[in-house]
Amino acid sequence: MAKRIDVSDLNIYYGNFLAVEGVNVSIEPRSITALIGPSGCGKSTFLRTLNRMHEVIPGARVEGKVVMDGHDLYGADADPVDVRRQIGMVFQRPNPFPTMSIYENVAAGMRLNARRMKKSDLDELVERSLRGANLWEEVKDRLDRPGSGLSGGQQQRLCIARAIAVEPDVLLMDEPCSALDPISTLAIEDLMTELKERYTIVIVTHNMQQAARVSESTGFFNLNGVGQPGRLIEFNPTEKIFSNPDQKATEDYISGRFG
Amino acid sequence: MTATRTPSPPGPTRPVRRLGDRVFAGSARGAGILILVILAGVAAFLVAEAVPAITAPAEEIPGGEGLTAYIAPLVFGTLLAALIALVVATPLAVAIALFITHFAPRRLAQGLGYLVDLLAAIPSIVYGFWGISWLAPKMVPFYRWLEDNLGFIPFFAGPTSATGRTMLTAGLVLAIMILPIISAISREVFLQVPTLHKEAALALGATRWEMIKMAVIPYGKSGIIGGSMLGLGRALGETLAVTLVLSVSGGITFNLISSGNPATIAANIALQFPESTGIAVNTLIASGLALFVITLVVNMLARWIVNRRADFSGAN
Ligand SMILES: Nc1ncnc2c1ncn2[C@@H]1O[C@H](COP(=O)(O)OP(=O)(O)OP(=O)(O)O)[C@@H](O)[C@H]1O
Ligand SMILES: [Mg+2]
Repeated sequence: MAKRIDVSDLNIYYGNFLAVEGVNVSIEPRSITALIGPSGCGKSTFLRTLNRMHEVIPGARVEGKVVMDGHDLYGADADPVDVRRQIGMVFQRPNPFPTMSIYENVAAGMRLNARRMKKSDLDELVERSLRGANLWEEVKDRLDRPGSGLSGGQQQRLCIARAIAVEPDVLLMDEPCSALDPISTLAIEDLMTELKERYTIVIVTHNMQQAARVSESTGFFNLNGVGQPGRLIEFNPTEKIFSNPDQKATEDYISGRFG
Repeated sequence: MTATRTPSPPGPTRPVRRLGDRVFAGSARGAGILILVILAGVAAFLVAEAVPAITAPAEEIPGGEGLTAYIAPLVFGTLLAALIALVVATPLAVAIALFITHFAPRRLAQGLGYLVDLLAAIPSIVYGFWGISWLAPKMVPFYRWLEDNLGFIPFFAGPTSATGRTMLTAGLVLAIMILPIISAISREVFLQVPTLHKEAALALGATRWEMIKMAVIPYGKSGIIGGSMLGLGRALGETLAVTLVLSVSGGITFNLISSGNPATIAANIALQFPESTGIAVNTLIASGLALFVITLVVNMLARWIVNRRADFSGAN
């Protein structure tokens, strides 16, 4: 079920502002791909084009191709709603539905997909997803409590559980650990390592060690100046990026000589 | 980072409070107390003036059958008219608010928003005239149709009023009057739904309508309820429009389209007060006390509904 994504000549706009230019990249299935780069270079913007969340913003649009296992996600017959059901997303700030219980949060995606599901099946799915997100033990006694009553790290894992409950082919994560303590961060990194057996994972991170620890491939985004579009400067296996990058800019950024 | 412990400064142990803070706290407290005083004053006046009617022998009350018999149809009429208004207005107002905030193109949304707000600025007597001279006659054929086809439902038993000045017409006029309040408040809360929650729904593969059901409406629910209660308050107390529109004769009936309708409390006071003296005035004030209590109960009920699931309100 993990799928491969090929991006070619992707230009991403906010209205008339070209935010990201000319991205060409292949994202391998069953692996973790990390995206790094300075703030404002378009990592989030690029990530959001992969599940067509970019166009939710008024005026935002895309040129180019994103192909997942042969299907053009921006083709004339592609429905953004279907695309998003196949490509799950975890946001930078934990965003469980505040009006729903922990249980309902996890079941939310399933309720969209299959209107009617046996209670026992749903129970099982919720438990499986929460276990998958390493959260089950902590919340199993309070599934009917609001999701917003959890700690930040627990909320983020709840969001991961919600995203994997619908068994997507790809999981996109935008700085999932940026608001978390080191222990929760480690828990989520372990989780990602487990999940990559079954999913294609793309993660944006500002944490170099994290990229080095968890990912197989790393992409480095950069921009030449304010108002200039961001570009994918280098995309290579993580070991190569962190030991012997092709580009001078990558090396400068990684070793902290940026700017 | 090294932590240096600063020695606690000598001086008074009482927490220092700025003058501005004190003035603000004082005036806020004063305003709060003022509201309570006014409320208590109104209640005390109503009770004091109502007591003679409550203690008077039944034959002296207008109608000659006692206070309960006098007030009961009025309470019923008030609740029925307000309920019709609420049932019609709430879904419509929420739909308008949703359309303005989530579906309409920006330009249109703004214009529409102003237009709905404008409805709130029209004096109620205008609604009354509009109801009696335009809406009521236009509704007659529709009421006939209801009587012919749905007459088996007690609401539409008929016989249809020839003038159209029925409970249903009054309820509809009230619905239009409370529409702007409910839709304005719903609109505000819908606009406040965090993008984060809406995107959470969309990223799960929700269509726009599913996103609204999942994220927007639940988040705005307490606002919708609050707005409805404000609207209900207005509908319960509305005087002029109902006085004009409703043709009053008769007592408690669920028949919404006939010419025999109970009055509402407020309309009845407006109609009877100028010609009342003595115990009749006390009776009217007693009915006013009943309205006061109804409004209080309705508001407490709303508060209870909102608080019951406060944990899930999204306000945390
Ligand atoms: N909603 C928006 N409307 C207009 N421009 C935007 C919007 N969101 C982002 N941008 C612009 O697009 C560019 C890329 O932003 P993006 O959020 O993708 O950066 P990022 O690499 O994720 O940065 P960070 O590491 O700080 O999250 C920036 O110049 C930003 O100002
Ligand atoms: Mg970002």
